Amino acid sequence: MTTLALDPRRILGKLILTALTHAGKLTMLVGESFRALVEWRIWFPRAMTEAYNIGVGSLFIVIVVSAFTGAVTAFQAGYQFQTSLPIYIVGTLIVESVILELGPVLTALILSGRVGARWAAELGTMRVTEQIDALESLGRSPISHLILPRIMAGLVMVPVLTVVSDAVGILAGLVAGKNALPLLTTSDFLMGARYYYRPFDGYYSVIKGFAFAMAITVIPCYVGFNAEQGAEGVGKATTRAVVATSVVILFLDALLAKLLLSP
Amino acid sequence: MIHLEGVRKAFGSQVVLDGVDFDVKEGETVALLGPSGTGKSVTLKTMIGLVRPDDGVILVDDKDVWNLDRRGLKEMREGIGYVFQYGALFDSIDVFENVHLGITNEEQYGDLVHSRDRVAECLKLVNLDPEVIDKMPGELSGGMKKRVGIARAIAGRPKYLLWDEPTSGLDPMNADIIDALILRMEEELGVTSVVVTHDVRGAFRVADRLALLMDGKILLQGTPAEFLASDDPKVRAFLERDRDTSHFAA
Repeated sequence: MTTLALDPRRILGKLILTALTHAGKLTMLVGESFRALVEWRIWFPRAMTEAYNIGVGSLFIVIVVSAFTGAVTAFQAGYQFQTSLPIYIVGTLIVESVILELGPVLTALILSGRVGARWAAELGTMRVTEQIDALESLGRSPISHLILPRIMAGLVMVPVLTVVSDAVGILAGLVAGKNALPLLTTSDFLMGARYYYRPFDGYYSVIKGFAFAMAITVIPCYVGFNAEQGAEGVGKATTRAVVATSVVILFLDALLAKLLLSP
Repeated sequence: MIHLEGVRKAFGSQVVLDGVDFDVKEGETVALLGPSGTGKSVTLKTMIGLVRPDDGVILVDDKDVWNLDRRGLKEMREGIGYVFQYGALFDSIDVFENVHLGITNEEQYGDLVHSRDRVAECLKLVNLDPEVIDKMPGELSGGMKKRVGIARAIAGRPKYLLWDEPTSGLDPMNADIIDALILRMEEELGVTSVVVTHDVRGAFRVADRLALLMDGKILLQGTPAEFLASDDPKVRAFLERDRDTSHFAA
């Protein structure tokens, strides 16, 4: 019995089967969500509420994290730039770091914890208290009522928060940079920022925000929707949702950098 | 008519239903009895397409529940009201919205004046004060939640009502009101009911027929008189247990 349970082929087979089952169910969920798009009278008002909750609810933490990120980047630049490098490069470094990487990734990781965990717990609780069954028993689609509003709200609000994060990060970087490097002027900073900036960098930031939004919305909704029975099941679903979303965000980050930034 | 034939369901290695055959004729109330954990609620959920059986056939009005397309399943569900054991109220919306969702006719659902009246009417039917209409589920007691759940199930004027332990957790007075409501649904509106319960006294009061689910099978199906006349030791043991409790209570 123990030998069978420890057989690597058996473990591998089980893992593959589990992965395929999840992939199939996730695909079904996404397919059902596309199908439910026509029921806009149901999902649109709920999506507006969710968008408000994500946008206004997350604004404070996104601003705080972005401001500190921009400031720390500037302080580190100040430490490293006590050399012969032209000082305007500080502007380049901060703007490019924030727009290309720090803004989108940190915003996504914050939202995966703040929004993803909440949704997984909400939907998991609804599952274990039979609220989702109740909705189905009334002939109403849980996808239109529960999943699609969250996905649509996230797809709109995560890129918006990413742009806010970029702006706050750059502004904080400018203020902190001038503090760390007394010789740095606003004109130097802006010159450095413009010198290496390409319009695609801004689009790239939004594209990343949009891709991360997919992970932040779909994964927690899927995990919560399929939570197992009991409070423990909801707890596990919440943890699983945050971990899986964070890993997927980092994976997408690397993938998009390779696909869109490679020369 | 609801017809179950050879319904089997297992969760992992645990076989819950092992060939359940069960019929509910139009206009009658059938109580599905059995000890806790014997699969009564699972049986009920297979009837409305919430739990997929591993094997067997489930027909509602001669339509195979598990072979219906999306629209067919929606239409079938609109004709069935399901009363959940713990109410299953949506906790992010108030009582009005909860019961309002039970109005399955989209035209009536969109008419807020009609909806308000219908919701108030349903709350009155389950002996709830009209003031609860604006309360959130979190502000209600367990018994009140249960009754709001019943109000939601009857709001769409369903042809069938599936009651999952409708009186468990209620005080005797409210349990009697729910029993009376089940009878009234049948007598006045011709609603067909399946009542899952382990309250033998209540079952004998409301049901035209009874079915006893044990060890994954329907052990006995018949009228209350046939149940009382049964000499099957398992049936006797199940009925006697409640009788002893009644004597103790007396």
